[in-house]
Amino acid sequence: MHSSFIMELENTLPHLFRTEYRKIVSVLCRTFGLRDVETAEDIASETFLTAAQSWGIEGMPPNPTAWLYTVARNKAINHLKRSGVFKSQVVTSYLDGMATQSEHPSELPNEVFEDSQLRLMFALCHPAIAVEMQVALCLRLLCGFGVGEIAEAFVTDKENISKRLLRAKGHLRDLNATLDMPPGSQMHARIGAVLTTIYLVFNEGYYSNSNDSVLRKDLCLEAIRLCTMLIECKSTNVPEASALMALMCFHFSRFESRIGTEGELIPYDEQVVSSWNVDWITRGGFFLQRAGRGEDVTAFHLEAAIAYYHAVPAPEKWETILNLYDKLLLIKQSPIVAMNRAYALYKVAGPKDAIAALEHVDLDDNHLYHALLGQLWSAIEQGRARYHFNRAIDLAQSTSVKQALRKKLDDL
Amino acid sequence: MEEYIILMRLDLITRDAQPSPEQLQVYMQQYHSWIDGIVAAGKFVGGKGLSTEGKVIRFGKVITDGPFAEVKESIAGFISIRATDFDDAARIAADCPILNGKGNSVEVRRIVDREQRS
Repeated sequence: MHSSFIMELENTLPHLFRTEYRKIVSVLCRTFGLRDVETAEDIASETFLTAAQSWGIEGMPPNPTAWLYTVARNKAINHLKRSGVFKSQVVTSYLDGMATQSEHPSELPNEVFEDSQLRLMFALCHPAIAVEMQVALCLRLLCGFGVGEIAEAFVTDKENISKRLLRAKGHLRDLNATLDMPPGSQMHARIGAVLTTIYLVFNEGYYSNSNDSVLRKDLCLEAIRLCTMLIECKSTNVPEASALMALMCFHFSRFESRIGTEGELIPYDEQVVSSWNVDWITRGGFFLQRAGRGEDVTAFHLEAAIAYYHAVPAPEKWETILNLYDKLLLIKQSPIVAMNRAYALYKVAGPKDAIAALEHVDLDDNHLYHALLGQLWSAIEQGRARYHFNRAIDLAQSTSVKQALRKKLDDL
Repeated sequence: MEEYIILMRLDLITRDAQPSPEQLQVYMQQYHSWIDGIVAAGKFVGGKGLSTEGKVIRFGKVITDGPFAEVKESIAGFISIRATDFDDAARIAADCPILNGKGNSVEVRRIVDREQRS
C-alpha cells in the first residue's frame, strides 16, 4: 500500500464519521422510532467499527459512503427481522431511501437525511426533557460526539455523561415521543427550545473550561451547522433562527483571536482586531439583516446586535451596546447579562458606576464576575482588586485561565 | 513456506461499543501497520473484515441468528498468511491489533496443503 493512499484513508474515516454517523442515526431513529434510540446508535457505531477493521485490512472501498449505508442498512434489516418488526413495507421505506442514496449518491438530494435530522432535533428538544439533557442528546445523536468528548466539553467524567444520556433516552421512551414535526400551534414554542439548545451547544464550545481547543471549535461549528439546517428548511426558517446564526457568526469570528499561545483566554480589549475573521463577520451581517424580516425583537436579535457592535468599528459603540443590554435585560433577566451590561457601563461611565451595578448581580461563585471586579478595582483600590483576583483564581476551573488571572494579580 | 489462517475473535460484550472518530482512526491505523508489515515481508495472502450479524446452522439444519445468541465471541475477520512455521505464524498473529481489546483473541490454524496430504 502506498503511503499517501494510507494518509488519505486515515483522514477520511474520522471525517466520514463526523458527516455520516448522524445521518445514519437519524434515518435509523426514524425507522425504529424513538423507543429504540440505542439500537440506532449501536448499529451506526458497529458500522464504523466494521469499517475501521475491514478497510484497515483491505483498503478503502471505491465508494466509502455507499459502503457505510449498505452495511448499516443490512444491520438494520437484520435487527428488524430478528425483533419481528419487519412486517410492513412502510417501516423499511426510509431504509430503502438510504439504499437508493447509496447506489446513486450523487443523483438524490440530501432530503431524506436533512429531514430525518431535523425531525430528530425537534423530538430531542421536547419540553419534558431537561435542557442540559437535550444538549447532551444533540451532541451524541445529531453531532456524533463520543461520550468521552462530551464529558471533556462539560468538564466531567464519562460515567456522568453516560448516565445522563441513558436517563434522557429513558425519558424519550416514556414520553412515547414521535418523530412527527410538532403541529403549527406548538411549532413556535418548540423552535424556541431548539434554538436554545443550539445556542447552548455553541456556548459549550465557546466558553467551555476544556483545554481542547479543536474539540471546542468543533462544538461551535456543529451548532452553526444545526442552525443552518433550520434556516434551510422552509417551515423552520424563522427570523429568530437567523438572529441566532448572526450571533454565532460574530462570536466565532474571534474564536482564534481569543485564545493565546498557552491556551489562555485573551480578553476582548487585548485582542488583535486585525486577526478577527472578516468572513465570519460578513456572514454574521448577512444573517442579521435576514433576522430583521419579522416583527418580533427576541433576545437573540438583541444579542446578535450586541455581538455586531463588538465585531465592527462604530461611533458611540459602547453607548449603543449599553443601550442594547438595557433592552435585553427587560426580556432576559439573567445575572450573566447583567454582568456583561456592567462591562459596557464601565466603558461608558467608568469603573465606579460599573462596580455599583455589579453589587446587585448575584454571581459570587463565578470566576468571570470576580475577574471583572478585579479589573475594575485595580484603578481604584488595589487591595480590593487583589481580593477579587484571588477569588477568581480559586473559582476558575482550567489551569490556563488561572494562569492568566495570576498574571493580572502580579501586574497590580 | 506454509499457509496459515488467522481468525480474529471479537468479544461482543466488553468491546468499546461507541468509539470516537479518533479511536476509529487509531484502530484502522493499527490494522494498516499490521498488514503492511506482513505485506512487506512477502507473507500476506489475503483477508476480509466481517460484519457482526450472521446465522448459525446446526445439525438438523436448525438455523439460528447468531453467533451472538450463544457465545459472546464472534469472528470479526480473518487473514491468511505464508509463514515458515507455526512459531512464525503465531508471532505475526500476536501483533494483531484486535488483541488490544480485552476479551478478544486470535486463533492461528495451519491450512492443510493438498499436495502434502496426498
